[in-house]
Amino acid sequence: MKKTKYHIAVTGLNNTDNPGPGIPVIRGLRESKDFDVRIIGLAYENLEPGIYMPDMVDKAYQIPYPSSGMNTLLKRIEYIHSKERLDVIIPNFDAELYTFIQARERLQKIGIQTFLPTMDQFEERQKANLSQYGEKYGVKVPFSKTITHRRDIEQLKDSFEYPLLVKGKFYDAYLAYSAEQVNSFFNRISAKWGMPVIIQEFIRGTEVNVIALGDGLGNTVGAVPMRKQYITDKGKAWGGITIQNDKMMELTRDLIRKTKWQGGMELELIKTNKNEYYLIEINPRIPAWVYLAVASGQNLPEALVKLALGLNPPPFSNYEVGKMFIRYSYDLIGDISQFGNLSVSGEM
Amino acid sequence: MKLKRNIAISENGFLFNPETGDSFLLNPIAREIVNFLKEGNDVADVKQLLFDRYEVDLVTLEKNLEDFLEMLQHNELLDR
Repeated sequence: MKKTKYHIAVTGLNNTDNPGPGIPVIRGLRESKDFDVRIIGLAYENLEPGIYMPDMVDKAYQIPYPSSGMNTLLKRIEYIHSKERLDVIIPNFDAELYTFIQARERLQKIGIQTFLPTMDQFEERQKANLSQYGEKYGVKVPFSKTITHRRDIEQLKDSFEYPLLVKGKFYDAYLAYSAEQVNSFFNRISAKWGMPVIIQEFIRGTEVNVIALGDGLGNTVGAVPMRKQYITDKGKAWGGITIQNDKMMELTRDLIRKTKWQGGMELELIKTNKNEYYLIEINPRIPAWVYLAVASGQNLPEALVKLALGLNPPPFSNYEVGKMFIRYSYDLIGDISQFGNLSVSGEM
Repeated sequence: MKLKRNIAISENGFLFNPETGDSFLLNPIAREIVNFLKEGNDVADVKQLLFDRYEVDLVTLEKNLEDFLEMLQHNELLDR
């Protein structure tokens, strides 16, 4: 039987040493047993490696940064839609999610589906709200505080012990051992990501993560826990392994049940030597290591597309433990004409 | 004191704890002890099995076995 072909637009093609989830999402979609795909890559920069990787995107279009506003972005999406007849968009960057969540109904009206958390779900798990989040849903979280001015730094010693973490609202986290270091990280982070800057208690332990997909009704469609084996200087996993951990799975299912989470998510947890789990962050999207979940038996990008199209995929019941991923770098060779096309026409 | 049920050990002494993602390389005697535990022997059985198999005095055996079990405990490989 001929499989239906869906046209799926994907962002996050920056397959750098701090990779976006675009390419692993595409790999998962291309391995779908139930449908075929035409992949439309949406890129912010001309040199996002995913654009040039063979057999990944069928066509790439440049899109404007979210900071240029929802109307500008939607105008561009409408143009791409007129050419490509998009069925689904999978946005993969934290910074663009707000705009895409806001645009959900407008996209739906022109026939493009998304499967993202609601605005309330997105907002309440913001790093700045983590303390309240932990309290509301009964999850252990590190004590944290937001600051918006350098003068707040001196007072941190009243409520924190050093070292502590200084975090940006979207990305970046630095461990600071003194007020001077906090000051320097505060400047760096606020210049890059804006306010507020989050100060968080440093919990010692092992970092473990869970990738999960919620159906928006409280059910967990899939979840795979992973332990990072190698971490880059940017704190990103360069290698990881799937683990079997009932506590982490229960914590994930419980959180999805209580929040009725819709869409992909990554829970970042710290396991202390007392065997306690602290939630340090929720990324409201599929993480870059999603292909590990695909390889261990849960094709979550495929399931997400089905959910977006209202196809109700059955929940995954297991995954393979001990599957590993190791990232690598590889020099792709391109031609100036490709770069030229993208620069001049914004598509390739 | 029992080895966690889901611990996997390969023939060449590579041990993987699927719960934490930790892996270890065991030397031949450690491999032997872990396999005894995995077969369901308790500590007294393991001690006896080793005592019967090797030329060792009981005090040395007990001390070394205890150290090793502590190491297993520390690395979350035993059920408490």
